Amino acid sequence: MELLNAVFLGFIFGFILQKSGAANPERIIGMLRLRDLHLMKAIFLGIGISSLGLFAMMAAGIIDPGHLSVKSSYVGVIVGGVLLGAGWAISGFCPGTGVVAVGSGRKDAMIFILGGLAGAIIFTLSYASLKGTFLFNKLGGKVTLVATGNEKYASLFPSVSALAVASVIAVVFMAIAIVLPGKKN
Amino acid sequence: MSNFILQKQWNWFASGVALGIAFLLCVALVKPIGVSTQFVILDGILWDAISDEVVVESSSNKSGYSSPNAYLNKSGGKYAKNVANPMNYSFVFVVAMVLGGFVAGRLQSGKREKESSSIPQVWKNRFGDSIIKRYLATFVGGLLVLFGSRLAGGCTSGHMMSGMMQTSLSGYLFALGAFAMAVPVALFLYKGVK
Repeated sequence: MELLNAVFLGFIFGFILQKSGAANPERIIGMLRLRDLHLMKAIFLGIGISSLGLFAMMAAGIIDPGHLSVKSSYVGVIVGGVLLGAGWAISGFCPGTGVVAVGSGRKDAMIFILGGLAGAIIFTLSYASLKGTFLFNKLGGKVTLVATGNEKYASLFPSVSALAVASVIAVVFMAIAIVLPGKKN
Repeated sequence: MSNFILQKQWNWFASGVALGIAFLLCVALVKPIGVSTQFVILDGILWDAISDEVVVESSSNKSGYSSPNAYLNKSGGKYAKNVANPMNYSFVFVVAMVLGGFVAGRLQSGKREKESSSIPQVWKNRFGDSIIKRYLATFVGGLLVLFGSRLAGGCTSGHMMSGMMQTSLSGYLFALGAFAMAVPVALFLYKGVK
């Protein structure tokens, strides 16, 4: 059952990334050069819709908060983001879109995956010497902005209504998606 | 509907709605989407194929597996376990993404445009036709992207999309770092291209 879900959901996600243009490095680079904000608009709308749906469905008891997986905040999240940002701009791929682009037949994406495997093994081998450094200093740990109902995760604003605040954030994201200009020529 | 499926590319609105539904569906049925960990798992599988000592069964570790490598052994050896058992949800999910990309690329009405499948036009306009140059840059790019993702503990899918969906602080920090670097690098690298 779990593997059936994996095949079904992975297929859908890959299909959507391809059809949305996210697996096309031309459009990624266009977004990062602020000339073609198609993907930026889609990303903001996507986060807004999924966040609103998630908190509404958790409030309604449809989604189990135990399904959440909140990642820890530490210095390396920002530093890692910066490194990813550089490679993202150079190649036009991120891990997920690179994988999908291989499926769609892009040859440069295969090279990207090889580079990715190299980067991942370098990290795997250097983790032992990195883990004691400032890179793993906590910046709050596993926290969310609003209470998720999952006791494993603390929230920064526990006293306010999670659904209300999450909805406001989601609506702001959707508004940004609508307001941002499309392709500039 | 079939027209929609056959479109080469969806507009931003359809793309955003579809992405939103995908991320929501995954957390509703199983767990939030994540991709970059599976690069470590694939590395581990390859490594495991050439060495007997990378992953071993262990009764003292929570997952039942351990590794002399500190990263594969972390969190009770959960990566070591996934290396030993590649038929697990997260790994199969990423393999299925390749299939999704393949089918989506095939399901296209009209003539398939003759685009380069190796060099994006913007790259060509700036750095020329050399395939070696593009491959070299893509390799370095991939290396940076995955080293960065693993240092951060997630990538664009896991941190940015799934993270911000859950209002996770880490998602915001990651997005900030990624765009603060990616935008200036892209502006500089492709400067002057129309």
